[in-house]
Amino acid sequence: MPDLLLELFSEEIPARMQAKAADDLRRMVTDRLVAEGLVYEGAKAFATPRRLALTVHGIPARQSDLKEERKGPRVGGPDAAVQGFLKATGLKSLDEAKIQHDPKKGDFYIALIEKPGRATLDVLADMLPVIIRTFPWPKSMRWGERSGRPGALSWVRPLHSIVATFGLETETPDVVKFSIDGIEAGQTTLGHRFMAPAAISVRRFEDYEAKLLDAKVVLDPQRRKDAILTDAKQLAFAQGFELVEDQVLLDEVSGLVEWPVVLMGSFDPEFLSIPGEVVRATIRNNQKCFVVSDPKTGKLTNKFILTANIEASDGGKAIIAGNERVIRARLSDAKFFYETDLKTKLEDRLPKFESIVFHEKLGTQGERIKRIERLAAEIAPLVGADVEKTKRAARLAKADLLTEVVGEFPELQGLMGKYYALAQGEDASVAAASEEHYKPQGPADRVPTDPVSVAVALADKIDTLVGFWAIDEKPTGSKDPYALRRAALGAIRLVLENNLRVEVVSLFDKHSESIDETSKRLAQTGGQEQGGAYVVAIAYAAVSWNGRQVRENSVELLSFFADRLKGQLRDQGARHDLVDAVFALGGQDDLLMVVRRVEALGKFLDTDDGKNLLAGIKRAANILRIEEKKDGKAYDGAPDAALYSLDEEKALAKAMDQVKVEAGAAVAKEDFAAAMSAMAKLRPAVDAFFEHVKVNDGDAKVRENRLKLLNEIRAATRAVADFSRIQD
Amino acid sequence: MDAVPAHMRPERSFQGFILALQRFWADQGCVILQPYDMEMGAGTFHPATTLRALGPRPWKAAYVQPSRRPKDGRYGENPNRLQHYYQFQVIIKPSPPDLQELYLKSLAAIGIDSSLHDIRFVEDDWESPTLGAWGLGWECWCDGMEVSQFTYFQQVAGVECSPVAGELTYGLERLAMYVQGVDRVYDLNFNGREGAEKVTYGDVFLQAEQEYSRHNFEHSDAEMLFRQFSMAEEACQKYLDAGWKDGKREAHQMALPAFDQCIKASHAFNLLDARGVISVTERQSYIMRVRELAKACGEAWVHTEAGGAA
Repeated sequence: MPDLLLELFSEEIPARMQAKAADDLRRMVTDRLVAEGLVYEGAKAFATPRRLALTVHGIPARQSDLKEERKGPRVGGPDAAVQGFLKATGLKSLDEAKIQHDPKKGDFYIALIEKPGRATLDVLADMLPVIIRTFPWPKSMRWGERSGRPGALSWVRPLHSIVATFGLETETPDVVKFSIDGIEAGQTTLGHRFMAPAAISVRRFEDYEAKLLDAKVVLDPQRRKDAILTDAKQLAFAQGFELVEDQVLLDEVSGLVEWPVVLMGSFDPEFLSIPGEVVRATIRNNQKCFVVSDPKTGKLTNKFILTANIEASDGGKAIIAGNERVIRARLSDAKFFYETDLKTKLEDRLPKFESIVFHEKLGTQGERIKRIERLAAEIAPLVGADVEKTKRAARLAKADLLTEVVGEFPELQGLMGKYYALAQGEDASVAAASEEHYKPQGPADRVPTDPVSVAVALADKIDTLVGFWAIDEKPTGSKDPYALRRAALGAIRLVLENNLRVEVVSLFDKHSESIDETSKRLAQTGGQEQGGAYVVAIAYAAVSWNGRQVRENSVELLSFFADRLKGQLRDQGARHDLVDAVFALGGQDDLLMVVRRVEALGKFLDTDDGKNLLAGIKRAANILRIEEKKDGKAYDGAPDAALYSLDEEKALAKAMDQVKVEAGAAVAKEDFAAAMSAMAKLRPAVDAFFEHVKVNDGDAKVRENRLKLLNEIRAATRAVADFSRIQD
Repeated sequence: MDAVPAHMRPERSFQGFILALQRFWADQGCVILQPYDMEMGAGTFHPATTLRALGPRPWKAAYVQPSRRPKDGRYGENPNRLQHYYQFQVIIKPSPPDLQELYLKSLAAIGIDSSLHDIRFVEDDWESPTLGAWGLGWECWCDGMEVSQFTYFQQVAGVECSPVAGELTYGLERLAMYVQGVDRVYDLNFNGREGAEKVTYGDVFLQAEQEYSRHNFEHSDAEMLFRQFSMAEEACQKYLDAGWKDGKREAHQMALPAFDQCIKASHAFNLLDARGVISVTERQSYIMRVRELAKACGEAWVHTEAGGAA
């Protein structure tokens, strides 16, 4: 079966867009083919800086013919119906219709419509221009003379030519005839911009790829990546060094060349006095070159590896020399920045934060740092951190944002703070917090363990969360511009992975007071737009929670945490309904204990005792719900022991008294497994009760008492969780 | 390069380098303009680019534009950062299909051989918030060094470009340093002579860099500059209002003088910014104010004859 070759040749496509564009092209063309009834055998797409290419092989040469029977009016039916039928089917007269006999309903007309399949070549000629016109580039542009006319083509950069051929391997393929905005599809393309600029005539994918290779174009990005990586490793190895591998950089670099030529250059070793990360960031971000390390020390060496797009006539000497000059200039900038930074102590940078707005409703960075410091000091004793060290760490943690190096390389924030803190003789924990307090950034990121870092990291995240909650900037749907979900998840992981005991609602509530102070300040000094913040922030509603008055926002934030926790546990394979069952108890804001309860509950429910007890509790709850609804009253008082008439009632009541005491004691000791074991003892009594006791007794008093007894089951088991929230 | 005397060869002298570029683009049919006689941050601000990029009429121009970036001053101590430097600007509307090839030929004309050097087009989308302009293109790299900016204008002064113009901006000092093989801008040979006759870039500009750095960072009269900004803003609006023929928004007769005031406001803002007297939040609002002026000028321009109004 025939194959399609398509190439869209343009000016340089941004490296970051190439992979997705190749994928989009394959998807759009093959989807459209299938929608046209043309099932293909395989497809592969490629991208270089100057071209998107696609091969689809094994496409039928034609669509199959379609035959369709259309039912018409009955024979002798009204003329209007007959005319409508003729018009709809395209028949000239009823002579062309068939008559279908039907003994029950009478005879009626049938039209046989045959729709011959089209040649795939024609289908392609129709669909390719549409795909090109609707191609989903993240950003596209107009160009040239035609850009002044309506309906001008838009492409990522000017599109110059199109190759589109279709045919069998054994024959000369046909050109898919179409033209788009003045570009006629054909079978001519160009080779490498500098090394083989002549036009190349191609027939099908196999000779296309081979001829491109002859013309110094490696079509397949994976082949370019492999070549760069192999050569780069080889070059480093030959000198006794090791390439510092960098997948993101490799992806980008392979999108900047059609013919990769890997070369090694060097720089003055004096630049190795700058932290390695700075050297790497300089060379990588600005110059898109790899760095090289010495396997003996694990440290960077004064070499770099560049990927050129050309086999230069001097073997690359001028290219290396040019790159070395640029890298020297860049590194001397970096060194200058670094050394300049070292001249100013971190604490001396702090006053500047007073004039930098963090958020118009949450005050300056200076205010934010003070809030974090205060909160971190509160948290310090809870996590076993030295209070003074924690305060200092919080005060200095963000100071590097104002340094030259971080201004140049924002991704080094925190890390530079650590270097500068160590350089000015700060305690190691204090210095480490500068880098660590941003962590964890995502689900894969490491969680800090040093208590000082933990305290500052937690304070940083809680300030963000409580702050944005106070000004009502909560995430909605997919919108989370301040990354509050990530902050909450980070806080949760900090607590759980460090086994911290903190009551988060209390922390939220306490920290809200710091936010209030900022709001008051803004209301007094700020303009109109800040005035609103004060109103929003102090117009909080107090709610009763766990027996005390707290802010509604704090409780809401807890439930935001509960949702994140559920997601986190679900990702680890736990049941999220168990989290609901624990939070439903109310007053649960010690996240570590919540998780312990959930774990114990999960294990218990895996046992027969657990499953049966759950069934019993649910049965009790169902009966209660039905009867309470019927009677319009709640049966939540204590049962009257004098009304027990059956042994099973008495046994259940006794078991419950015992379980309440035992489970309560176990919970008090935070031994949730023991609480579960205690609860398991209820099972025989519950089972026996349901087997032998009829709840809806004829005697109204007995019935009421038994309903109250059922209610007690639920109450007794609430020591650990609200079992009624657990799904079957 | 046949009849060029040694002191005028682009790899020997800064001025020869500029003349080689001018000659190349003159040969492509560009009008070679002289710098605009006002302080501006980039060659793009020259009305020959900002305004001429708008409207349907074809336009080809090339010129050197001294560019003032008050914040980039380094008291003459940095080897390649300057608060005053030269840009070479080419604008061609509509963008020709072979603009990339023309650009590469222009590099050859100044002594950059594309069989020896690694020349690359690396994504760089251009946006000027103050001009209400954006375009797509690249920064052009030569052996890892950014030597030019290559942009297909899509919108300028808030007006869609129709047709699109291609814009090339060469950083002259940087390119010349490369071609001459010097590491410090002040060491550039300016006139291509040697010995006692040699004049360097430093001879011409070092003192200016020191003086203007002092001025830009320490002594510029902020109060006056704030007033200048407001005055230019008001004047721009006044001229724009007065320029509508017969008071109807059909034909405009003073787009160019109004745009001069926009350029003035923009430079006053740049000076204030360098002086550190504009806070982060204010900064945004100043940029918006300049953009509003630029947009209104663009709107006026497309109602002039050169802007394509019938």
